Amino acid sequence: MTQSQRSMGRQTMLIRKAPDLTYADVTPKSVYLDRRNFLRAMGIVSAAAFAGKGLFDLALPPQTVLAATKLTGLAKSSFSTTEKQNTYQDVTHYNNFYEFGTDKSDPAKNSQNFRTAPWTVSVEGEVKKPRKFTTDEIFKIAPLEERIYRHRCVEAWSIVVPWIGFSFSNLVKLVEPTPNAKFVAFESYFDPRQMPEAKYAGIDFPYVEGLRMNEAMNPLALLCVGMYGGTLPPQDGAPVRITLPWKYGFKSAKSLVKIKFQEKMPPTTWNRLASNEYGFYANVNPTVDHPRWSQAKERRLGEFFKRPTLMFNGYGDQVAAMYNGMDLKKNF
Amino acid sequence: MRALLISKWTKAAVFLLCLIPFCDLVWRALKSNLGANPVEYLQHATGDWTLRFLVFTLCITPFRKLFKLPDLIRFRRMLGLFAFFYVSLHFLTYLGPDQSFDFSGMLKDVAKRPFITVGFLGFVLLIPLAITSTAGWIRRLGGKRWQMLHRAIYVTAVCGVIHYYWLVKSNVRKPLFYGALVGILLLWRLGDWFFKRGSAVAAKLSTQRAPVNPIR
Repeated sequence: MTQSQRSMGRQTMLIRKAPDLTYADVTPKSVYLDRRNFLRAMGIVSAAAFAGKGLFDLALPPQTVLAATKLTGLAKSSFSTTEKQNTYQDVTHYNNFYEFGTDKSDPAKNSQNFRTAPWTVSVEGEVKKPRKFTTDEIFKIAPLEERIYRHRCVEAWSIVVPWIGFSFSNLVKLVEPTPNAKFVAFESYFDPRQMPEAKYAGIDFPYVEGLRMNEAMNPLALLCVGMYGGTLPPQDGAPVRITLPWKYGFKSAKSLVKIKFQEKMPPTTWNRLASNEYGFYANVNPTVDHPRWSQAKERRLGEFFKRPTLMFNGYGDQVAAMYNGMDLKKNF
Repeated sequence: MRALLISKWTKAAVFLLCLIPFCDLVWRALKSNLGANPVEYLQHATGDWTLRFLVFTLCITPFRKLFKLPDLIRFRRMLGLFAFFYVSLHFLTYLGPDQSFDFSGMLKDVAKRPFITVGFLGFVLLIPLAITSTAGWIRRLGGKRWQMLHRAIYVTAVCGVIHYYWLVKSNVRKPLFYGALVGILLLWRLGDWFFKRGSAVAAKLSTQRAPVNPIR
C-alpha cells in the first residue's frame, strides 16, 4: 500500500456513515476488555470523593471475579466426561497460580487487575512459519468446543471443568514445525509489577512447561480459551492456556505468551526445582507416589473421602499408546 | 497485674479465647463456608493452631522470668492442653477423610512418608503429657521426673515445624516463621540453663572458698 492509498483508506473511514460504527470502533479495545476494572476505577474515584476510599473498600466483597465474556456456538466433544462438574465458584477460588501467591485463595484475590489485553502469543523456534497471534486470532484458529475434562493436581485433589478451546494440533499445523521440532515449550506471562506475590513463591519465573511432539499433537491436548461458557478468568489462566487432562495440573501452563518448538527437551519449572518430585512427563499415575505423599487416591473437590486415582487420569485409551515401551516408574 | 493474672475470671476468659478458633471452624462448617476443599481447610487450620498453641505454651516460662510474672504459670497447662486439643482434631481430619478411618492403612502411611512420620511422632509424644498434666500426676511422678517427661514438648514443637516444612511445595515462609519462633524459645532455654549452671558453679566455688578465710 502506498502512502496515498493509506490516507485514502483513512478518509473512507472518516466518511463512513454513523450506523456502521460499532461500539468497538469508538471504545479503545483495552478499555472495552477491561471495562469492569474501568467501571470499578470510576466507582472508586467518585466514592473516594464522597466517602473516602477506605470505606468503599470495606463495602467491596473481598473476592470479586470478573464476569467472563460469554462464548456461543460451542461444539460438543466426544472427549467430555459426564461426571458431575465442579462449581464455577470452586474452580475460580481454589487455584494454583504461584505468580499470584501460593495459597489456593490467593489467585482469586490478587489477579483481578491482571491486564490480559492487548495480548499476543509468540509461536517460534523450529517452525517454518513463526508468527505472533493476538487473542482474537487464536479464537479463530479452529471452531471452539466445550470439553468437560477431569483435572488432577499433583497435590492429590481433582476437579471436573467444562473447558472451551480446540486441539492444540490445530495451531501446530498452522506454523508447520520443521523435522527438528521434537519438543514444545510453553511459557507463561510474567510481570513482577503485576505479580508482586511471585517473589515469595519459591519457584523461578517465567513459568515454563513442555511436551514431547507426539503429546502436543494428541487431540486431547487442548488450547484453552474459556470455561463454563465464557472466557477464562485471570486466575484460571486468561486469556489462553494449555490443558492436558492426563497429566498433573502443573503441566497445564496458564496465560501463555510463548510457544517454542525445539529439538531439546525444555527445562521445566517444577522439574528444575525438584526433579525427584516432579518429572518432565508428570502423567497421572497412581502407582508412582510423590516422594512426600501418595498418589493412589485423590480428593474430588466437594467429596469427603478420597477416591482412587485412575491411570492417566482415566484417559488411557487416548494416550497410553504414546508411552509404549517406556518405563513410567523411571519416566514419571 | 498480679491480681489480674490470678483472677479466676482471667482464666475463664483465656479459656474462651482459646476456643475461638474451634468455634470459628464449627461455625464455618455449619455455614458451608470452608472454601472449595473443606477437609484441607480443617487440616490446615487445626495444624496452624496446634503450632500456635505450642508456641504460646513455650512462651510461658521465658515470659515469667523476663517480665517477672511468675503467675503466668497458671495458664501453661491450659495452653498445652489446647495444643493437644487442636493436634487431636488435626489427627482426626487425617485419620478420617484422608485414611477413611483405616488404622492399618494409616500406620503404613506413617511409616512410609517422612512428613507424616515426624508429625505423628510429635502428636504421640503429646499424649503422655496430656494424661500427666494433673496435679495428682505431678505428685505421683515427683516434680523432677515430671519436668523431665514434659520436656518432650520441645521435641513435639520441633517435629511440628519439620512436618510443616516438609509439607509445603516451595513457599517456605510460614514454616520458617514457626521454626524461628520455636528456635528462639528453645535457644532462650539453653541460654538460661548455661547461665544458671554458671551461677551454680560460682555459688559452689564461693561456698568452697568460704572456710579458707573464715575470719574475714
